[in-house]
Amino acid sequence: MSVPIHYYLILSACVFFTGLVGVLIRRNIIIILLCVELMLNATNINFVAFADYFHDLGGQIFVFFTLTVAAAEVGVGLAIVVAIHRSRSTINVEEFNLLKW
Amino acid sequence: MAELFFGYFGGVIVLTAILVVALRNPIYSALSLLVMFFHVAGLYITLHAEFLFAVQLMVYAGAILIFYLFAVMFLTEKKPDRYHIQSQGAFLIGGAILAGVVALVGQHTMSFGSSAVRASEPGVEEGNTESIGHLLYTTYLFPFEVASLILLVAMIGAVVLSKKDLSETSGS
Repeated sequence: MSVPIHYYLILSACVFFTGLVGVLIRRNIIIILLCVELMLNATNINFVAFADYFHDLGGQIFVFFTLTVAAAEVGVGLAIVVAIHRSRSTINVEEFNLLKW
Repeated sequence: MAELFFGYFGGVIVLTAILVVALRNPIYSALSLLVMFFHVAGLYITLHAEFLFAVQLMVYAGAILIFYLFAVMFLTEKKPDRYHIQSQGAFLIGGAILAGVVALVGQHTMSFGSSAVRASEPGVEEGNTESIGHLLYTTYLFPFEVASLILLVAMIGAVVLSKKDLSETSGS
């Protein structure tokens, strides 16, 4: 492997923090879910890079489980978004106050 | 050479990741996330994960992102007219991509007979897909079953959440 492992670590850290900042600063709930996908992809890059580095396919297997979690998250998350939009007519997280008092 | 590919893919990944957060229009955010998924898939090729490349394209770029685009178009209130304008350059780019795909498939079909014979010979080194499948059904069999349970629960949860009208229970 010619590209050193820490290049991949830096890349995935950049993508992860971009997603984290996006979750914290954006107010559109769909963009927040997209940023969660960014963070999951950053961990996937790490898994595959280390699977190649150690010549162990376990890292690639774990990407499948991340993929399962991402698919479940997008299904349930968008169902919640649609349900909230039906009752509140908004997708701005500032106006969600079902669990606030 | 590998550094060159890593620099290209990594640069585009970081750039489009920032664009996902920075763009105001949710549709443009979702489309830049699509570009990011394609380049992450390209990065998997350089890391010798060919099966994950295909899975990334099919599941992330194919299924999850279409789901997001559907939700964005379904839930966004304002509908600017510029989505209905189609530029002439799009036909040229689409035609060029189609010609490239046809050329690749035709080239591959002509050389398919010899490669199929070579793959079925015994003693050929186990491919990426075969070794992943072998590992998934032996060492990681129990987590694999748990993953299927997660998908089942998510499916039932999505159906229940979409069916029930929350405005009845919230009283608004």
